[in-house]
Amino acid sequence: MTSDKSFYEFISNGVPGPEQKVDADNAILPARKLAFSRFKELGLPTIKTEEWRYTNIQRYLKDAFTLAQEEQGTVTAEQLKAASIPHLDSYRAVLVNGRLQADLSVLPSGGKITVSKLSDAAGNPQLQAWFDKHPHLQSQPFAALNAALFADGLFIEAGTNATLDKPLHIIHVYTASTNAFIQPRHLVVLHKSATLEVIESAVGINDNAITFVNAVTEVVLEENAELWHYNIQNTVKNSRHIHNTSATQKADSRYHHFNFTLPSAELTRNNLSVALTGSNTETNLHGLYLATGTQHVDNHTFVDHLVPNCNSNELYKGVLLDDANGVFTGRIHVNVDAQKTNAFQQNNNLLMSEKANINSQPQLEIFADDVKCSHGFTVGRFSDEALFYLRSRGIGAEAAKSLLVNAFAFDITDQVHIPALQDFLAEKIRQYVAGAINN
Amino acid sequence: MLTIKNLHAEVDGKQILKGINLEIRKGEMHAIMGPNGSGKSSLSSVLAGRENYTVTQGEVIFEGKNLLDMSPEDRAREGLFMAFQYPVEIPGVSNLHFLKTALNEIRTYHGLPAMESKEFLKLTKEKQQLVDFNANLMNRSLNEGFSGGEKKRNEVFQLAMLDPKLAILDETDSGLDIDALRIVAAGVNKLRSADKAFMVITHYQRLLEYIVPDFVHVLYNGQIVKTGTKELALELEEKGYDWLKEEVHQKESV
Repeated sequence: MTSDKSFYEFISNGVPGPEQKVDADNAILPARKLAFSRFKELGLPTIKTEEWRYTNIQRYLKDAFTLAQEEQGTVTAEQLKAASIPHLDSYRAVLVNGRLQADLSVLPSGGKITVSKLSDAAGNPQLQAWFDKHPHLQSQPFAALNAALFADGLFIEAGTNATLDKPLHIIHVYTASTNAFIQPRHLVVLHKSATLEVIESAVGINDNAITFVNAVTEVVLEENAELWHYNIQNTVKNSRHIHNTSATQKADSRYHHFNFTLPSAELTRNNLSVALTGSNTETNLHGLYLATGTQHVDNHTFVDHLVPNCNSNELYKGVLLDDANGVFTGRIHVNVDAQKTNAFQQNNNLLMSEKANINSQPQLEIFADDVKCSHGFTVGRFSDEALFYLRSRGIGAEAAKSLLVNAFAFDITDQVHIPALQDFLAEKIRQYVAGAINN
Repeated sequence: MLTIKNLHAEVDGKQILKGINLEIRKGEMHAIMGPNGSGKSSLSSVLAGRENYTVTQGEVIFEGKNLLDMSPEDRAREGLFMAFQYPVEIPGVSNLHFLKTALNEIRTYHGLPAMESKEFLKLTKEKQQLVDFNANLMNRSLNEGFSGGEKKRNEVFQLAMLDPKLAILDETDSGLDIDALRIVAAGVNKLRSADKAFMVITHYQRLLEYIVPDFVHVLYNGQIVKTGTKELALELEEKGYDWLKEEVHQKESV
């Protein structure tokens, strides 16, 4: 399935439904069909759509793309090494163009934790129970498109009380040699009292063609489960990303989500949403975005407090250079029954050039009366005085800026509980600042 | 060590320094005094390389090199240190990490390898004692939430760690109570040596009771209008600055 010219036109009007998919699995075909009709109903957003006001998606879909995923991309050991995180001791799941490659992966075995292709889990009752059911996905056209036409992805299931001795690192590799629209789909289910650490990172190994990734990750945390979920977005310039991550938290569960958007994808749109359906939960959403050139980074988050006694804490920080554009929309909904809710949100930005831009808006919808909620937004520039102070002690301009950006990012990176990942991020920040100065 | 010749500088188009001449040799302690707005802190800013100052005339030679051609970090690496009047708070940068970075950048500049952690910690302990600097502050963010006295002690502690050839103390005494002043002054006195020089900028004579200068210069209206020894400071304390201002104006009208 290839669009001749504008992909926007093609998926608005010409794209065939899921019944055309030869590899469509019968078990979820009805759900796919439903999603497809929902997609047709919703239509693609324009800048008149409130949720997409600051992100003109048409601009990024005007090129031609192939909708089919390449069956096999070839990935060399060297390329894989480039995508890895130095000194990280972890299991590894390598996905090439959205498909799990067992030969490149090192998966946990023999325990209560399953990591498999989503297509291999089609008969699993968990998939039947959760696939495309998250309430927040229902109004997202790109999530509907993904549900209707996705090719494959990961299924991760952790049994009751299951835990892993080290994190699971998911490496997404994109190899398309012609423009491709790739739709991975993942489902992560943690049963009662299970804990897991997941790191996702991405690498593009072909910058001659444009890769558009429209991914959906559904997360289910059963009672007292805990998930540390680190998402590192660090692909090549010629890539565009829409990531929908939707979590459901049952009672006493803890979800720690980190989003690191690093150079240099042209477009990154993250829709991160959490539905709190059981009480006494904890939700920590941390985001750091470093954008340069003409990068556009849009974070939409939604924390849905449906029941009493839940705690959510959100901190997003951005450092923007050159002509980079940032968008942050943080929605917090507190249901009328959700008394004793604690919901905090903060978005801080550091603009390092005259032309960089940020649009930030908190959306607080509070219908309960016994709650503690706050939000805040700041935008600032580098403190020249701080920079001078560091330089006057012999620290070069570049190292001084790097120190200051690291310091700005500190309350995010400090929450990362994996030292190798902390070091990796510090190094990325250093490279980012060095690149900024050399430009 | 430092030769300032006919130094003129402006900030935001306003002339602040109007022809400073000063010679500082190894081992000397110079005090710069003067009323508010006379250009004392501007002089230290120009020497340290603060970017909003523009030098319009004159030159500054430091250890045979043109200081004004150097970036602020290179001035520091060449051995110039300024203790700030208002030390900056930098949340997220730990004191220890900051000092280690500074020390190693200076070492790299001189072709030396980075200092081993063990050696660095030993040096840190030794210098902390010099200014009675609380070890608990080492792992805290740089100056964040420090009291006025702790910030000033931290400046002198950094001075001790980085071991410069010439140290400028910009109103290090301001805002200090007498006990803190004594500690800071004692620290500075211990750092005095035959191959180091100091320039102490102060508004009050009080500091000079503890740090005894070899020379006292009075800055007024962007120029050094009088130079003397420590007795000059006492005279200023007693009579204030007005008599000097009058003397200058009389000279001008003649």
